[in-house]
Amino acid sequence: MRNIDSKEVTLAVKALVMDANYFLPEDVLSALKENKKKEKWLLATNTLGMIIENAQIAERDMVPMCQDTGMVVVFVEIGQEVHVENGLLEDAINQGIREGYEEGYLRKSVVSDPLNRKNTGDNTPGVIHYTLVAGDQLKIMVAPKGFGSENMSRLKMLKPSEGLQGVKDFILETVELAGPNACPPMVVGVGIGGTFDKCTLLAKQALMRKLDQYNENPFYRDLEIEMLDKINSLGIGPQGFGGQTTALKVSIEYFPTHIAGLPIAVNINCHATRHKEVVL
Amino acid sequence: MDIKLNTPLTKESIKNLKPGDNVYLTGTIYAARDAAHKKMMELLDKNEELPFDIKGAVIYYVGPSPTKEGEVIGSAGPTTSLRMDAYTPRLLDLGLLGMIGKGRRNDEVKAKIREHGAVYFAAIGGAGALIKKTILSQETVAYEELGPEAIRKLVVKDFPVTVIIDAKGDDLYEIGREEYLNWKHAEDK
Repeated sequence: MRNIDSKEVTLAVKALVMDANYFLPEDVLSALKENKKKEKWLLATNTLGMIIENAQIAERDMVPMCQDTGMVVVFVEIGQEVHVENGLLEDAINQGIREGYEEGYLRKSVVSDPLNRKNTGDNTPGVIHYTLVAGDQLKIMVAPKGFGSENMSRLKMLKPSEGLQGVKDFILETVELAGPNACPPMVVGVGIGGTFDKCTLLAKQALMRKLDQYNENPFYRDLEIEMLDKINSLGIGPQGFGGQTTALKVSIEYFPTHIAGLPIAVNINCHATRHKEVVL
Repeated sequence: MDIKLNTPLTKESIKNLKPGDNVYLTGTIYAARDAAHKKMMELLDKNEELPFDIKGAVIYYVGPSPTKEGEVIGSAGPTTSLRMDAYTPRLLDLGLLGMIGKGRRNDEVKAKIREHGAVYFAAIGGAGALIKKTILSQETVAYEELGPEAIRKLVVKDFPVTVIIDAKGDDLYEIGREEYLNWKHAEDK
């Protein structure tokens, strides 16, 4: 048994939410730079240049790269040997969000009720997903999610007969419908299989993956590469102004599913793909 | 084509803009988004004055992040414009000439832009830190209680925007993509 004080969790989450908003992950910055080099359409090249410059200003000045500092999604992996003491883990995480958003000058963008919309004033609650794993570590990943891109995400319960082509069509259609509204270049997370709820979770987990990594299964890896290529042939381009770089990456996660189902979820992220993690 | 424009805009100053033009705006613009637009419609319904002079004005759809000590404003990139589509035709009728946001506008807004010779600009979505540096001052002019959704007067210098919908109603989101694809297909031959 290993004891972890909930205060330690709060401090960690507080630092993570600030870092996630100021510092674009290295792999995302690299992808932006690589795509800028490959882009031959002038307006697209200049637009990517401004996005890269923005990331550099945010890092240097320690200010949010985007004013939509998002609703915080948190992935927690709890080792079965871990015992959290002095308070509930959930409360400790939300306290970390509360403190980080206040001290980090991050925007409070959460309303307490989706229909009676009063701002909670502190950007809590976060949306927290827990997984129990072996061992005695506590791993926390925070991913502030902006809603420009989140609002363009979609789910469909395909018929198994629609198969691979149905999956490809749905991914492309979702990107097409998102267009300029999701602040391209996008990062596209896809979840295939599971149940109604599982496939959307898979799609969000897919967004956590580093951009230089592929699904271990060669079938899905090939599909990731093919879909990125198809998306970048649409011509939507950075900010929808036209160009090659409509998406930086397509990541796919899959899970067993029912004999009568083929659920698919596409979770769109923009170029401000923000996530930071720590292991306690 | 890089163009410098001052606010307030005039029909003359914007009539030759084309989709894809890079414009640098200097002067006063008004930050307002969902809640503020709804409140402005309520004022108009009651035949009351708007909180600022709408003639030739530029509205920027933005809800900035909080202001750090010693700074002018927080990060201030654009929010998605289509949420303001319901309110925009009325403001265009009253003399609004420029809007800055990101993403598509509906057909009614496009038609009104064409009717009045107005212009719709996009600021780079997600470039909150970069845009912040072009804002010299801010002042809340109405609805302080709305926090990030209050109406703010922003004084900007060389705020970079791209023309999306010009006075003729042509749309970069359609034209830009088409031009790129035509060029690409020709290149690939």
